Amino acid sequence: MSRLIFEERKDQFFETGGDKPFRISCDKQSLAGAVSQRACVFCGSRVVLYPIADALHLIHGPIGCASYTWDIRGALSSGPELHRYSFSTDLGETDVIFGGEGKLTRALDELIPRHHPKAAFVYSTCIVGLIGDDLQAVCNKASERHGIPVIPVMSEGFKGNKRAGYYAACNAMFQLVGTGDTRDIPPMSVNLLGDFNLAGEIWIIREYLERMGITVVANVTGDGRVADLRRAHGAALNLVQCSGSTMELAKMMQETYGTPFLRVSYLGADDMAQALYDVADFFKSQSAMEKAQELVREELAKIYPRLKELRKDLEGKRAALYVGGAFKAFSLIKAFRLLGMKVMLAGSQTGTQEDYEELAAICEPGTVIVDDANPLELMTYLIEKDVDVFVGGVKERPIAYKLGIGFCDHNHERKLALEGFVGMLNFAEEIHATAMSPVWRFTPRRALPELEEAAA
Amino acid sequence: MKSNLAEKRDYVSSTNACKACMSLGACIAFKGIEGCVPFLHGSQGCATYMRRYLISHFREPVDIASSSLGENDAVFGGGPNLKQGLVNMINKYQAKAVGIATTCLTETIGDNVPAIVREFLKEAKVEGADGKMPALIQASTPSYAATHMEGFHAAVKATVAQLAKPVARHGGVNILPGFVSPADIRYLLEVAKDFGLSATLLPDYSRPLDAPASTSYEILPSGGTPLADIKKMGGAAATLSFGWTPDSQGAGRDLQERCGVCLHSLGLPIGLRRSDAMFEALETVSKRPVPARHADERGRLLDAMVDGHKYLSGQRAVVYGEQDMVIGLASFLAEVGVQPVLCVSGGRSAGFRENIEKVTEGLVREPVMAEAGVDFYRIAELSRELKPDFMVGNSKGYVVARELDIPLVRVGFPIHDRFGGPRLHHLGYRGAQELYDRVVNALIEKKQNDSSVGYGYI
Repeated sequence: MSRLIFEERKDQFFETGGDKPFRISCDKQSLAGAVSQRACVFCGSRVVLYPIADALHLIHGPIGCASYTWDIRGALSSGPELHRYSFSTDLGETDVIFGGEGKLTRALDELIPRHHPKAAFVYSTCIVGLIGDDLQAVCNKASERHGIPVIPVMSEGFKGNKRAGYYAACNAMFQLVGTGDTRDIPPMSVNLLGDFNLAGEIWIIREYLERMGITVVANVTGDGRVADLRRAHGAALNLVQCSGSTMELAKMMQETYGTPFLRVSYLGADDMAQALYDVADFFKSQSAMEKAQELVREELAKIYPRLKELRKDLEGKRAALYVGGAFKAFSLIKAFRLLGMKVMLAGSQTGTQEDYEELAAICEPGTVIVDDANPLELMTYLIEKDVDVFVGGVKERPIAYKLGIGFCDHNHERKLALEGFVGMLNFAEEIHATAMSPVWRFTPRRALPELEEAAA
Repeated sequence: MKSNLAEKRDYVSSTNACKACMSLGACIAFKGIEGCVPFLHGSQGCATYMRRYLISHFREPVDIASSSLGENDAVFGGGPNLKQGLVNMINKYQAKAVGIATTCLTETIGDNVPAIVREFLKEAKVEGADGKMPALIQASTPSYAATHMEGFHAAVKATVAQLAKPVARHGGVNILPGFVSPADIRYLLEVAKDFGLSATLLPDYSRPLDAPASTSYEILPSGGTPLADIKKMGGAAATLSFGWTPDSQGAGRDLQERCGVCLHSLGLPIGLRRSDAMFEALETVSKRPVPARHADERGRLLDAMVDGHKYLSGQRAVVYGEQDMVIGLASFLAEVGVQPVLCVSGGRSAGFRENIEKVTEGLVREPVMAEAGVDFYRIAELSRELKPDFMVGNSKGYVVARELDIPLVRVGFPIHDRFGGPRLHHLGYRGAQELYDRVVNALIEKKQNDSSVGYGYI
C-alpha cells in the first residue's frame, strides 16, 4: 500500500503516538500529477465571498470558472439571493487576443442596472493577468458611473493555493469595512466571521447570542449584506470561525480599527458552549454569562437523551475526516469523542503548521495527520485504519462509498445544519444514519473479508 | 413567433451559463479509454472543479491529474511541471494511457504541449502498466474557444488521430456516439452484438463512470475502450458517427480520409425516425435484418406512442442543452405530437437552426424558435413569453422551471439534483420508450397535482 504515497509528500504526513517529535510540511504548492483534492486561488476567494447575498459576483474570464461555481454551496439568505446567480464575462478567443476590458465594462453596465446590487465583486481568473486587463481601472470607473463599490478580487487561479484566495477575499471585503455608519451599534456587539450559513447555521448562532443580549453586526459572510460589512468596524469583537478563510480580515480589522478577535467553533457541544462562555467572558458580563449557562443547560437537555441513544450504537466505531480548514477538524474530533468514536485520520487542504500541531495534540495515539491529500493516500489510510465513517466533501464521498465506508458531507452539498447544539444532534443522526445502514453488510469489501485478506 | 423576442439578445455578459468548458468534455472522453487518466495542464483548480462537477453527476470517483502550475510556471512556461506531473502520475497510477488536455492558462501562455510531450518521451524513464510508457494523447481545449461538447469531440478526435493507424481490414465497426449516458453506451454495445458486429465504441466510459460495487477503490477503473481496439479502428468496415454538429463528425471523417473507413453520419438516434436510421445503418453494415427483440421494442414504442398521444398532443416544450442532444430531442418530441416552442443551446456550432428545422419539418404546427449561444437568463426571458407546458433538459434549467411552475424532464448532463443520471437512457427504441414514459408521466403528474379532484385514473 505504501507505494501509493509519493516520496515527495512523505513529510506531509504524521502519525501520532510514536517517539518522533511532531513535524509536518504544509502550505506548499500541490505536487504536480498528484490529483490533489485542493482547488485554486479563485476557488478560495469565491467560497468566502459567495454568500454575500446582495452583491453582484462577476467572474471575469472564460466560462468554466463560472459554470463550476454556480449555486455551488447552500449559503442560505434571509433576503436577496443575487449570490445564487452565476455571472461571467464569458471571454472568447478574440477577447483573449485583444483584451477583455471592454467586455468587462459592458458586462458591469448591463448587470448593475439590471440587478441593483449594493456592491460588485469582480473576480480575476487565470488568464486575466496574462492578457493584461487592468481590473482596478475598469472597476474604479464602473464604481464612479454606478455609484456603488466595484471591487476587484485578485484571484488568478495559479497565484498560490486556496489560502491565497482567502487572503484576496479578505482584502476585497476590507475595502468595504469602515465605510458605514456605526452610531446605533450597542457596546455588546460582535461580527460573525467564517461561517457561511450553508444550512442555516448562522441563524442558530445569532439566536443564541441574542438570547445572551449580544447584538450581531455583520455576518461574514453567511447570509451576508454589503451594508453590514460597511459598519462591521463598529462591533466590539470579531468571532472568527474557520480560521483559514477570514482570519486575515480579523487581523486587518484589529490593526486598523483595534477590533479584537476570538477564535471560536460552533461545531460540537463542547466547542459551542465554550464559544458562548468566551463571548460572555470577553464582555465581562455576569448577566450574559448566566444566560449562556442557562442556554447551554436548556439546549443540552433537549438533545442529550437522543444523543445517548445514538451513542449506544456508535460507541467504538472509527472515523476519518478530511476537511478544507484544519480548525473544523478540531471540533469534529471532539464531536466524535462525544459519540464515543475514535478518529483515525485527520487531514485538511489548507492547514498551517500551528493548526496541525494543535490537531496532533488532541488526537489519540495512532492517528494519521495529513496535509493536502489525494485519493490514493486517503484510500490507503481508510483501509489501513479500518474506518467506519468518513467526513469530507463531494470529492471524498465516492472514495468512502467505493470502499464500503459510511460518509457524512461536511461541505457544499449538505442541507443539514451541523452547528450549535441542534447541529450536534443533526451530526450524530447523520453519522448514525450512515454508519448503521444495512447496506454495508452487502457491499463487497465488507461482505467478503476473506477477499480483502487475499488482496493485501 | 413574430414578436421582438426573435431578435438577437443585446448583452455580452453571461448569466447562468448553459454550457461548461472544453477541458471538462475532454476529461469525460478520456475517462472512456482503457486505463487512461485525464491530465489537465493548467492550474490545480480546474481539475478539482471538474472532478466535483462530474462526481455530482456520476457519483463515481473521477480522478483527474493536474500539472498544478504556480506563478513562476506561468511566467517561465509549464513544461517542467507537465513533465514532472506525468512522471508522478504514471508511476502511481500505472496508467496505460494519459489524456492530456490543455486549459485557458496554458493555451494563453503558449505552452507547446506536443513539443513538451516529444521531449518527455525522449527523456523520461517512467513505467506505466506492464513496465511500458503509456500512450500519451493530447488535445487542445482552452475554455475560451468553445464548450464542453467541442472539448469532448476534440479529445475523441485527438485519440483517433494519434492512436489509430491504417491497418488491415477486419470487418469490425466503429461507433462514435458522442456524449451520451453510460446506459446509452451499454445499450449501443448490446445492439451491435445482437447484429453480430464486433464494435469498437469510443469513448466507452460506461464502466469507469458507472462502476459496479467492488472490493476496493480501483485506482484505474476497469473498462474503457481497449487501446488495442482503438489502434485498429482504421481497419473497420464502417464508422457509425452520431451527431449533427461539425465537430461530432471530426474523428469519423479522419478515419474516412486517412484509413478509408466508410462513414455513416447519423445524427443522434433519439426518437423513432433517428433510431430507424441507426438500425438501417446497422442492417447495411452487418447485412442482417433487425433482430427480433429490437423490432419488438420498436413495435412497443409505436404502441405506446398511440396509447399516450392525447396526453402530449399540442403540449409546448422548451428544450435546452448540448446542441446535438437538443436536435435529437426536438426530433423525438415533434414526432410524438409535442410542439417544441424553443430549442436552445450554449454551444455555437454551425447548423443548429437548420437542423432543428429539418428534424421537425412537417410534424409541428408552428415554426420552432432555435437559438445557439444562449445562457439561462435568455432561456428564462424567452420562456416567460412562450409559456411552455414543460421543459426538457439537464438539471441546470430547474431555476427556470421552478419560476414558471412547470415540469422539468431531466435528460442528458449534468443531472445534479436527481439520482441516477448515468442510468438515464436516451438512445434507440428503448431509450425513446423511456423518454416517452417519463414525458407523459411528468405531464400527468402535473395535471394530477394541480387538480382539486384528485383523480385516481388519468
